[in-house]
Amino acid sequence: MVVSAPRLAVEDLSYGYSRHAVGRHVSFDIGAGEVLCVLGRNGEGKSTLFKTILGLLPPRAGAVRVDGGLTADWSARQRAQTFGYMPQSGGGAFPFTVAELVLMGRTAHRGPFSAPSVVDREVAAEALSTLGIEALARREWLRISGGERQLALVARALAQEPRILVLDEPTASLDFGNQVRVLDAVRGLAEGHGLTVLLSTHHPEQAFACADRVAVLAGGELLRIGPPADVITSETLRECYAVEVTVLPVMEDRYRVCVPRSYLT
Amino acid sequence: MLVATSTALGPYRVAPGDLLAFLAAKATGATSPLPVSAETVILQIRLPRVFAATAVGAALAAAGAAYQSLFRNPLVSPDILGVSSGAAFGAVVGIYLSLPVLAIEAASFAGGLAAVIIVYAIAAAIRGRDAVLILVLAGVVIGALFGAGVGLLKYLADPYNQLPAITFWLLGSLAAANLRDLTSLLPAVAIGLIPLALLRWRIDVMTLGDEEATALGVDTRVLRIVVISAATLMTSAAVAASGIIGWVGLVVPHLARLVVGPAFTRLLPVSVLFGACYLLAVDTVARTVGTVELPLGVLTAALGTPVFLWLLAFSRRAAWS
Repeated sequence: MVVSAPRLAVEDLSYGYSRHAVGRHVSFDIGAGEVLCVLGRNGEGKSTLFKTILGLLPPRAGAVRVDGGLTADWSARQRAQTFGYMPQSGGGAFPFTVAELVLMGRTAHRGPFSAPSVVDREVAAEALSTLGIEALARREWLRISGGERQLALVARALAQEPRILVLDEPTASLDFGNQVRVLDAVRGLAEGHGLTVLLSTHHPEQAFACADRVAVLAGGELLRIGPPADVITSETLRECYAVEVTVLPVMEDRYRVCVPRSYLT
Repeated sequence: MLVATSTALGPYRVAPGDLLAFLAAKATGATSPLPVSAETVILQIRLPRVFAATAVGAALAAAGAAYQSLFRNPLVSPDILGVSSGAAFGAVVGIYLSLPVLAIEAASFAGGLAAVIIVYAIAAAIRGRDAVLILVLAGVVIGALFGAGVGLLKYLADPYNQLPAITFWLLGSLAAANLRDLTSLLPAVAIGLIPLALLRWRIDVMTLGDEEATALGVDTRVLRIVVISAATLMTSAAVAASGIIGWVGLVVPHLARLVVGPAFTRLLPVSVLFGACYLLAVDTVARTVGTVELPLGVLTAALGTPVFLWLLAFSRRAAWS
């Protein structure tokens, strides 16, 4: 059997800041078109891990490979053509329109002096329509809700036309309907466009909705990684979040829900 | 620039109320021969001054717009990096040492660049915290230090000759603008404007902050150096030509942003246009309103303060955070 290099390989990665380590010896692979969902309690370092993978923070040790190639020497431009990134909060403090902001996702695809082309504008418009937020295009960034901003930042990440989409808590502060829309979009992008998706969430159930595999970070290390049904168990959730949870199958085990035991008594 | 200049010349032509003779001479100047004296006034005094006013206004406004976008703060201005103070200190050293005019201008450039390099070095040395905040604070501190240096030189200066020259120049004035000033001012402004115009789309991305801009593919370190150098060059050139003319670099880009939004591709030309027109109009008022010419810097401060307070009170909150 011929084994091709995984789309994204994280190899024995230790990450953090100059004076304090956040995570150690984290290794995992993600294939093309695969969705990996990262769980971990607040402050566990999910964002730090993502930023290190993106090259925004230098790794303390270890390496990141994309399609077998080391990313350590890549330019910002090369990275931005490979990774589409949705930060937890972003967009700045100036009153750009959503369309202008999404168009900034095209930066890495043109020269430093060139204006956005017709193609750039089409890609940006398509990203907006993929997320169903065409109506926001002309709205001002500072005047839309937190949830709308999040959708716009996902659209901008899409406009980067990346191979790997890195979404830092894409469903945080979204209402229920928008959460479903984002997760459906993630699923669709992975299945339809072969995009590799790395996302973090605070809702374990969401992994059943969109992820092929789940990685759980605890105590600065990778506690467990595998298919959602294997990883998201009462035991893992207790270790990760220190709460007792019952995981129940729904509709002949097509989906599972996580119910905190304290709610049941 | 051409649009700005030609538009700005409009209000100038109708504005001079100081002497009707000049007005008549100018009105016919384009088509028919003039008395030699009027021609001399127009060519040697008026036109250099008009060009100097538009260039200084455009330079300060463009530099302000660039700093505001780069430092992600609509409240900063060319003064925040200590550039104006550094350039002023350089020029005052030149005046104090009784250097020739060209050397004074070179000293002003050197002072402005020195200020920004020191500020940048401080910011680079103190890592791990909000880089923009450190940069701004360092600029304030270094600006104050250069301000103290100016104070010391004023104290030491010959009170009959040098002190009035320093004081008058510091107040900001274009009264002494001549053709030779223009030959150093205009190229410096042009050299500063070109990279800003070329990099306008990248500058927009910089408003998102370093991390986000990097994630979108911008080499933020190189871009920051280029933009700061360009804006500093324009500021130093403006200070060397006219002294410290405050508020233009703060208020004009802000007004421009309210009119055309934050996208640099529109913000830059509109700031240049507004800045040129604004300073030309103010300078025209400064030399026509009284029997004695008012210092330009005093007038821009008097006009800028209420405008700024008005902006502070009535513009949208979110834009200031």
